[in-house]
Amino acid sequence: MHRLDELIADAPVFAGLGTGDLTLIAGCAQNVGFEEGELLFREGEPADTFYVVRRGRVSLELHTPARGGLVIDTLEPGEVVGWSWLFEPYVWHFDARAATPLRAIAFDGACLRGKCEDDKALGYELMKRFAQVMIDRLQHARVRLLDVYGGVGVG
Amino acid sequence: MAASASVEARLLGAMVPVAHRVVSRVQETTDTWTLELEPLGERIRPRAGQFDMLYAFGVGEVPISTSGDHDGDGRLTHTIRAVGAVTRALCALEPGAVVGVRGPFGTEWPLDEATGGDLVVVAGGIGLAPLRPAVRHALARRDDYGAVSVLVGARTPQDLLFVHELEAWRGRLDVEVDVAVDAAAPGWHGRVGLVTTLIPGAVIDPPRASALVCGPEVMMTFVVRALVGRGVPLERIWVSMERNMRCAVGHCGHCQLGPTLICRDGAVFPAAAMTRLMEVREL
Repeated sequence: MHRLDELIADAPVFAGLGTGDLTLIAGCAQNVGFEEGELLFREGEPADTFYVVRRGRVSLELHTPARGGLVIDTLEPGEVVGWSWLFEPYVWHFDARAATPLRAIAFDGACLRGKCEDDKALGYELMKRFAQVMIDRLQHARVRLLDVYGGVGVG
Repeated sequence: MAASASVEARLLGAMVPVAHRVVSRVQETTDTWTLELEPLGERIRPRAGQFDMLYAFGVGEVPISTSGDHDGDGRLTHTIRAVGAVTRALCALEPGAVVGVRGPFGTEWPLDEATGGDLVVVAGGIGLAPLRPAVRHALARRDDYGAVSVLVGARTPQDLLFVHELEAWRGRLDVEVDVAVDAAAPGWHGRVGLVTTLIPGAVIDPPRASALVCGPEVMMTFVVRALVGRGVPLERIWVSMERNMRCAVGHCGHCQLGPTLICRDGAVFPAAAMTRLMEVREL
């Protein structure tokens, strides 16, 4: 049986943090599970919890009246689900749904924000790490704008 | 003089289409069909990675990679995406129709060279068609390879080629098959994202792996970077290039890319020879 801070240390976004920081973060975390199809959070709701996937897959969905739902990304074990807890107005921009039976670590965003305010060094470290997650996803989204499977359409 | 005549005769032979009859026509996706062709004359036997020139009479000719096995009865299999006048005409052919075929042309996937190590096959969109014979070859000679990993990317689940065959491969215990699409309707259980997102999780030993990559050039550029980033040696990666091939014998120059002619020197190239050229904006 792994302790929560050990599980957190295994997540790439928290890799290499010191024991003290991991203990602080673990104080805002808990293990959770979701059934396949269950929502982790819904667009427009307060972004008060984020997740790190342990087992299973999460789909990020957008819903538009004319087109219905669209899965725009999926997240795998070790990946972070949600960063809106870190930025005002702390509201989710997508739905997140368990695409498979899911085990995850849930983090209380308000709790962690408070600890970051109190410990600026931890706050800066987490901000750098979440910025990296955001950059990676932004780059993937930009490349997908190229329609890379479209081909050149000759002949 | 005699040698020159012999070259001329060979070139002339390569320029004369052999009539083939359409035996079957299977719709793979909304814009892609697979034609099976039987020869009405000389047999053509393309190997995995090679292409034939298919001639829709009265419309024109296009290069299409082989997407089947051609060890037996001389039948050809070609999977064609309807993107222009000629490919639309070919895709509309019904069984019984006749097409002209020249070939086979070009280089092969280096399947013998890849033996003894792991094999990772990365396909994007229609790029799975030229790679299907390579995967079939590897699975038929499974003991010749280490781990075999097939990674497939497509725009949507509806754009995936050969879905039943992918499922059959995935059902085997000795091959890993993973799929990523750009977007999907809710309920899709697979991965959404670029095909490159599958590379970190591929069960291969990168330093002893060979990689075969086929898809649009922009996709191959990102895939090669991701494979090298994973530790696959650049000299063990091969890509299949597509340019405006017309004559298929290196004479017309339409498919020139820098110092190479894709039809004559490729279409399968070592990635090391292509990556720099692929990033030159003017080419």
